Amino acid sequence: MTSWPILSLITLLPLVGAFFIALLPEDEAGIRNARWWALWTTLITFIISLILIWRFDPSSADFQFVEKHAWLGGNITYAMGIDGISLPFVVLTTGLLPISILASWTAIQHRVRDYMIAFLVLETLMVGTFCALDLVLFYLFFEGGLIPMFLIIGVWGGPRRVYASFKFFLYTLLGSVLMLLAIMAMYWEAGTTDIASLLHHSFPLTLQKWAWFAFLAPFAVKLPMWPVHTWLPDAHVEAPTAGSVILAAILLKMGGYGFLRFSLPMFPEASAQLAPLIYALSVIAIIYTSLVALMQEDMKKLIAYSSVAHMGFVTMGIFAVTAQGVAGGIFQMVSHGIVSAALFLCVGIVYDRMHTREIAAYGGLVNRMPLYASVFMVFTLANVGLPGTSGFVGEFLSLIGTFRVNNWVATLATLGTILSAAYALWLYRKIIFGKLEKATLITIKDIGWREIAVMAPLVVLTIVFGVYPKLVLDISSASVMQLIDNYQHAVGALHSAALTR
Amino acid sequence: MNAAQMPNLLPLLPELVLGLGAMALLLIGAYRPARASEFVDGAAIVLLLVAGVLVAFMPAGRLTTFGGSFIVDEFARFLKILALLGSAAAIVMSLDYAKRQAQQRFEYSVLILLSTLGMLMLISAADLIALYLGLELMSLPLYVIAASHRNTLRSTEAGLKYFVLGALSSGMLLYGASLVYGFTGTVNFTAIAQAAGQGGIGLIFGIVFLFAGFCFKVSAVPFHMWTPDVYEGAPTPVTAFFAAAPKVAGMAMFVRTAVMAFPGITSQWQQIVVFVAIASMALGSFAAIGQRNFKRLMAYSSIGHMGFALVGLATGTSEGVQGVLVYVAIYITMTLGVFAVILSMRRTTGMVESIDQLAGLARTQPTMAFFLAMLLFSMAGVPPLAGFFAKFYVFLAAIKAGLYALAVIGVVTSVIGAYYYLSIVKIMYFDEPVGKFEQMPYELRVVLAICGLFNIFFFVYPAPLVGIASAAAHSLF
Repeated sequence: MTSWPILSLITLLPLVGAFFIALLPEDEAGIRNARWWALWTTLITFIISLILIWRFDPSSADFQFVEKHAWLGGNITYAMGIDGISLPFVVLTTGLLPISILASWTAIQHRVRDYMIAFLVLETLMVGTFCALDLVLFYLFFEGGLIPMFLIIGVWGGPRRVYASFKFFLYTLLGSVLMLLAIMAMYWEAGTTDIASLLHHSFPLTLQKWAWFAFLAPFAVKLPMWPVHTWLPDAHVEAPTAGSVILAAILLKMGGYGFLRFSLPMFPEASAQLAPLIYALSVIAIIYTSLVALMQEDMKKLIAYSSVAHMGFVTMGIFAVTAQGVAGGIFQMVSHGIVSAALFLCVGIVYDRMHTREIAAYGGLVNRMPLYASVFMVFTLANVGLPGTSGFVGEFLSLIGTFRVNNWVATLATLGTILSAAYALWLYRKIIFGKLEKATLITIKDIGWREIAVMAPLVVLTIVFGVYPKLVLDISSASVMQLIDNYQHAVGALHSAALTR
Repeated sequence: MNAAQMPNLLPLLPELVLGLGAMALLLIGAYRPARASEFVDGAAIVLLLVAGVLVAFMPAGRLTTFGGSFIVDEFARFLKILALLGSAAAIVMSLDYAKRQAQQRFEYSVLILLSTLGMLMLISAADLIALYLGLELMSLPLYVIAASHRNTLRSTEAGLKYFVLGALSSGMLLYGASLVYGFTGTVNFTAIAQAAGQGGIGLIFGIVFLFAGFCFKVSAVPFHMWTPDVYEGAPTPVTAFFAAAPKVAGMAMFVRTAVMAFPGITSQWQQIVVFVAIASMALGSFAAIGQRNFKRLMAYSSIGHMGFALVGLATGTSEGVQGVLVYVAIYITMTLGVFAVILSMRRTTGMVESIDQLAGLARTQPTMAFFLAMLLFSMAGVPPLAGFFAKFYVFLAAIKAGLYALAVIGVVTSVIGAYYYLSIVKIMYFDEPVGKFEQMPYELRVVLAICGLFNIFFFVYPAPLVGIASAAAHSLF
């Protein structure tokens, strides 16, 4: 095990970059430098995070690269570490950041420096969220992300940005303060907020139930689950392209990660008892939001609703607590991180050219933008869940995982995949196919080199993960198995206790 | 006079320095009117800092004098240093304002010194009489400086209102004190604690009146009515002073009396504090939403913050008191930082107070906007800023004490309160600029930078403040 504080390095490097960008002058050269510095900072962070994959031991379910320092006193420490569940998200985050910086290269023209600083600070907070091994530290990162995202939506967003940014901020804040209280209750109960120790602490059932609901609030808002998803379409529509990318690809995943890290292992009995609630909400999310997506006139809104539907598969799979279900949930999150990011980038590409996201304003783009059409095709099919793309693996695994536990839920959820094909293909047909009739579209240009550089890695990953999902599944399998073992053990103990009573 | 009769004056040293110094400055001001004000201001700041150093280097442990009426413990040391720093910062922040408004009067600093002396007495008071003396010494100069713009209607109205309502609250406090004395037969806190036993209707009656007086001083609902008017009407540097140091002293007397004099009957006064805390948090959050005047908004904000601090007191435990201390310390830095900005809201046409005037500040004065935004996020309690830790510790104590409803209501109101802090950030960052303010005076920049950096970087190494606060809280139990 390395003695380097590599996780702290990855977490803090973007912050250092942001600091230096803040010192740049605000003139032509300063703006150019801000873009390059941001790109290099995120690239270097990404490369360092690849070391994690290299040195990570997938056969161990324990936390690795652990760092621990005294912090708040008591048993609240600065503890960082990752296991098979958090590693994919860390790398997803560091990998998508350079892509979002590239995607905003020309789209952002005013207050470039501030924009880059906001993104780098956001990266620090997101990576920290996935690495934190202390509840209070986790909360710090989890909540801190609100500030840069609030500014990103509010300063660089669309016409209704103020409304969207406030809604985003207040919804998320309200959800997470309840979690904070639960964290405190857990601290007094267990005497520590160290996640590794809390995973082995068995809380009394009453506390478990209350805490389970308190943890449900922030993660359900963040994920988002029906019915607290309404902030998402607004935030997505108003945010700049890269903001939507980060929001869909990473911030939403914090919700799913939270369920995996806290709700399931720390409150297993409560999770077992309340899983039907999650199933119900997931099925509603999958079917209802897919139907809503069918009715959208705005491309980003459609993708936003499709995100909610896809996250329904995640929650369903996770709370099935079968090997396939949980692995499927994680895989679905990684896959959705790539696919939804790519879809928002696709929207961004035409938005940068035409400055409208209305579906009706497009049509027949295949005639002018063949390359774009094929890229968009890959991601549309991945979004539908076509075998051979990463989208299929995640949905399939979470569906069979759920089927073993509750076949009604799985059956209903399968209906959702049909609906997802309907809206995704409908969107594709409206925008890409048909005759190029709109006069404004005659001069539209196909994607350029920068956009190809942005898209290429995502296309490759979508297909590679679809064909060879083992890459992701292997990393997380040991941790997932341990999670399930502990869960079964705790729930089994509860059942036998009930029987002997 | 032999040594046995002479009270031990060592614990009183900082107060003596401050008191004698204030009188000397008053004489200097009276006999050397030319340029006296600048000298007096400077000397006053030095005196406050000297007093602070003396407090810090006082022998460790609990010192008492005057037959136990005056007590210096860790708790007193912590809060005295805060109060002294708050007062010193208030004088620093008033320098430029006084110069520009041609309001240079040496009495201003002297009055602040005397008021601070009252605060120190109040913080150390361990019986009801000493408490009342300290309270009045603190309050009387406040009434005067609230009205220090004697030619403007707003300022005189603020002063008068503050005085009349303050006198009323003092009356209630005295009535409560006399009831407590009547039912326990003593004014000394420790003796009251012993005599109180299981409480009783008469004693509770006294406590209610006593607490009503305290609530007035910390501007907690339902005795908050004076706050918005006085904050808005008083000259801005005076408001900055009101918002910081007197709140520390008020909180100190509230905590010390509740914890030292009535520890056995916590469950009986707890309900009062719980109610007051909830009402203050709720009013502070809701009423501030409609405010456009920054000073008035800060008044509601401070009402809310006092509510949060009282959550800690409501627990009646040493964790709770620690929470109050951490909260008050961080609250002071946030408030002083924000007032440094309010004092810099000056155009060529004069001072402005509406928050709409901050529009587009992120582009015209990015540094100022950045620090103000961080302070506002801190006030909203968003991590990783200091304000989050302030709330963290009071709610941590509330959860331990089993006050779940209070904690839930508290965090929900903090979300509602976040709305108006965000609206100011929105005005600064999302709206179009309406023009630049004048260059920020040097000393205000320093205050803003110190407060801002403290709030941003507090999370890196919070242990010292938290540790000292913990030691201070333990000294009361």
